[in-house]
Amino acid sequence: MRKLLLLSTIAFVGLVFIARLFYLQVYNEDPYSLLDDNAIRKVYDYPKRGYIYDRNGKLLVANQPSYDVMFIPREVKPLDTLELCNLLKITKEDFINFYDKAYRYSPRLPSVFIPQLSRMEYAVLQEKIRKYEGFYIQKRSLRDYQTTIGANVLGDIGEVNNYIIENDPYYKSGDLIGKQGVELSYEEVLRGVKGIKFTQKDRFNRDIGAYKDGIYDTLPEPGKDITITIDSELQEYGELLMRHKHGGIIAIEPSSGEIIAMVSAPSYNPNLLVGRQRSRNFTKLYNDTIAKPLFDRSLKAQYPPGSPFKVLSALIGLQEKVVTTQDQFTCRHGYYLGNRRLTGCHSHASPLSMNQGIAQSCNAYFVNVYRRIIDKYPKPAEGMDVWSNHVKSFGLGDYLGYDLKIGNKGRIPDGDFYDKWYGANRWSSTYNISNAIGQGEVETTPIQLANMVAAISNRGFYYTPHIIKNIEGEKIDEKYTTPNYTTIDKENFEPVVQGMFDVYNGGTAYSLRVPGIDICGKTGTAENFMRIDGKRTQLTDHSIFVAFAPKDNPKIAIAVFVENGYWGSRFAGRIASLMIEKYIKGEVTMTSMENWILTHSLENEYAKPYSGKEFGINRQSALQVIDKITKDTVVNPLSTRTSPFK
Amino acid sequence: MQRDFRGLNFDWITIALFLLLVGFGWLNIMSASHSGDITSYFDMNHPYGKQSVFIIFTFGLIILILALDAKFYERFASIIYFISILSLLGLFLFGKNVNGALGWYSIGGMTLQPSEFAKFATSLALAKYISDLQTNMKTFKDQIKAAGIIVLPAVLILLQNDAGSTVVYAAFFFVFYREGLQQIYLVIAIFLILLAVLALKFNVVVAVLVAAALIFGHHFFGQRKRPQIIQPIAVLLACVAVSFGIKYFYNNILQFHQKDRISIWLRLESDPDKLHEMKQTILYNLNESEKAISSGGLTGKGFLQGTRTTGKFVPEQHTDYIFSTVGEEWGFLGSALVVLLFVALLLRILYLAELQKSQFSRVYGYCVASLLFFHFLINIGMVMGLIPTIGIPLPFFSYGGSALWAFTILLFIFVKLDSNRINEW
Repeated sequence: MRKLLLLSTIAFVGLVFIARLFYLQVYNEDPYSLLDDNAIRKVYDYPKRGYIYDRNGKLLVANQPSYDVMFIPREVKPLDTLELCNLLKITKEDFINFYDKAYRYSPRLPSVFIPQLSRMEYAVLQEKIRKYEGFYIQKRSLRDYQTTIGANVLGDIGEVNNYIIENDPYYKSGDLIGKQGVELSYEEVLRGVKGIKFTQKDRFNRDIGAYKDGIYDTLPEPGKDITITIDSELQEYGELLMRHKHGGIIAIEPSSGEIIAMVSAPSYNPNLLVGRQRSRNFTKLYNDTIAKPLFDRSLKAQYPPGSPFKVLSALIGLQEKVVTTQDQFTCRHGYYLGNRRLTGCHSHASPLSMNQGIAQSCNAYFVNVYRRIIDKYPKPAEGMDVWSNHVKSFGLGDYLGYDLKIGNKGRIPDGDFYDKWYGANRWSSTYNISNAIGQGEVETTPIQLANMVAAISNRGFYYTPHIIKNIEGEKIDEKYTTPNYTTIDKENFEPVVQGMFDVYNGGTAYSLRVPGIDICGKTGTAENFMRIDGKRTQLTDHSIFVAFAPKDNPKIAIAVFVENGYWGSRFAGRIASLMIEKYIKGEVTMTSMENWILTHSLENEYAKPYSGKEFGINRQSALQVIDKITKDTVVNPLSTRTSPFK
Repeated sequence: MQRDFRGLNFDWITIALFLLLVGFGWLNIMSASHSGDITSYFDMNHPYGKQSVFIIFTFGLIILILALDAKFYERFASIIYFISILSLLGLFLFGKNVNGALGWYSIGGMTLQPSEFAKFATSLALAKYISDLQTNMKTFKDQIKAAGIIVLPAVLILLQNDAGSTVVYAAFFFVFYREGLQQIYLVIAIFLILLAVLALKFNVVVAVLVAAALIFGHHFFGQRKRPQIIQPIAVLLACVAVSFGIKYFYNNILQFHQKDRISIWLRLESDPDKLHEMKQTILYNLNESEKAISSGGLTGKGFLQGTRTTGKFVPEQHTDYIFSTVGEEWGFLGSALVVLLFVALLLRILYLAELQKSQFSRVYGYCVASLLFFHFLINIGMVMGLIPTIGIPLPFFSYGGSALWAFTILLFIFVKLDSNRINEW
């Protein structure tokens, strides 16, 4: 027995050790990854970010170098602090502050001393930096906008947030990523692939040479340049016209679905969100809750479409064969059910057939058509569903699928919607006749409306709107080159197109004709409400206009929304006509119309909910006239706005 | 039999295991101590280069040891022991202080650590004393005398502030037990360890309660005809005294770093802030060593490819923490192999020891196995966090001339004694 004690102890200890090793190395061990090894430093080599060009090949976004002054506290030798402070334009207290902070972080590791010097500041420092031991300059790449327009289209880049870092292993803290617009949509194309260098470090975090002589290192892959569908001249003109107004313009090329212009007003200069001042400016833009410059009204704002929606009612009526182009309806300044007036209307000849119904934008006409559509079916919900499906085939009521990451579904009600609201079959077509004229429960975004016009101009189909034209010669996604057909037959479009043409020839947009161009359009004036001090208050109507031109082989389809712009032809109609002329002719001949837009502001109107002034609903009220704005007039949303509360 | 070959009848299995351990150890020292290119295996600027030289000297030593007559060791055991004690005493006059321990002689550029050599000297003296025909290890008087042989160098080393090397002398307990120490001592030893752990981990009350349960359980349910009362109560009172003594020893006698090591081992610290701070300071070595071993995975990162080893994240990696290099670069397979090599060597020595016809050879063989086992247990246990930190080298593996030579002498004297077995009649 005495012989066994040491023997068994040895065997037991051997087993315990192997078990412990198994626990540490096999059972408890995550698969080893070089990227997670904190004994290896990963140094990333950032590739050039792709450039962005407009549809005509004009460079919109490039890169610019910026320079960080870096230093390693332990390596700093006594120096002429005063001279360095003067060079960097900082005080001696700043200097001591930065130094202490960095020293506390790590005396052995590089810290940023002054971030993002401009080229000028760098030039002065460049020849002196060698005098300051421990200091060096690190180059970074920032975006360089060659233009002051299109902030909502182009977007910007900024540092990744923690959520992205946790969910996408590609991004590391401090990396830049597209935050909005095209920069966000085409982030993976533009960014390229960063290179990586593995460096072995010691326990003091110092580099001690390449890991395995760099066999795992990779070279960066440069980002690809992209061309977007925006016509920068038209975009710039649109932004000029929309100054001092809130709203959005979307112009689409119907034959391809390319977005030619995408204006959201008010906007801002994209250069504000570059480099050192980005976060300060972003906060200011973000905090402007009246103008909301960061809110892309052309994609996200959901408005009642108003009268432009009437053309859909006409199309559906023809398709469902509940109305012919010859049928006439009477209008007694509104639509009457028995003696009850369900909706009003303005003065025009009566009775009207379809052509004039569209041209004069008669409410009563379309309510009649709408009721016939719904009442064609035994149950209102069935009729509603048929109507809803027709409307949705124009890309309304759901996300359009364009290649920008923001948007809204809009709202197109169906049978279910009202069954839930009123109870199954406890309602009829008279309950929601406002839908016929683009009010009521119907809501759309400007881009949806523009796309609807494009579908009409194509007589029955549309291409999903998109912003990408090409990626260094690569073909764009097939989904943007495949037509989407509406549920309306081609022959039913002609009378409606003719009606829209007549809107310009004797109809509600007679005053907006453009010499030499056959434009089809439709005005819209939408009632809208806001809760002010807990009371539902009707605000000044929105001014809406949709158009396409020329009538045959259309080159441009456009939707213009001007918030609280009184009525359709007043602001939106003028802007649409000017945009069309500018795009088709390349110049603007209607200088008086242009002057009018450039000298009239709606800022007073936007201040009304806060200033308590009366809204003039359905009557002409005095407009705010301003000095003519030009391209070079600086409208800085960051300048202190005169407070409406004074 | 092959063993009849005069002069060549050494146990080649032991020698092969020895060579494997030394060779593999040298490779790992190279990994742990190289910086950049390896220009020469004898680069004296780096520990691995020096170790190459030490290993070459080792072969000279082996030849010398094996060439001497086997009777030499028995005959001169007392003198070797005497010289060893002198060399330990001499440290108080001429010693050099390294890392707080007064343990080294500095001769020219070389340093020698006499405490390493004292191990085999003590083993020889102990073997000689026990194998004396007049010695009966079952008697208390001779047990005390034998213990004196061990305690003398142990106390000297403790006075030189090298507590780690002192602990190793506890290994001789196995020898005593094999040669006739009563079983009650084994029970007492296990009981004391249990009491100490319980008293420190929980408190004295828990320790005494558990002790009481064990003692009375043994007395009442044991196969005694008449249960006794006085004896168990006396034992229990002794337990109370010992528990308080352990507490007192821990709180007042141990140095701070020793206390911290035990506190970490028993997970006594519960304040997370304090624990975090400990990880940066006294736990740093252990923490880094465990991380290095874990990162090795099943198959390791490959020779010279360990990222934590190359980055020198584990301090003292080429000496006491050499096993963490094995863990990182050779993975579970390599580390388990090292453990198995050690177990094989130890079991081989034990097997040979039991075969010895002379008591001197047997006792000496047991001393060798016990000492090597204790180093193996403490060093690898410490590096993997199973045992409180005690800084002693891993035999044949760790960098260092004194340790390598001392362990080689220790082992090869036994190889020589074993080879002479055939003549022992």
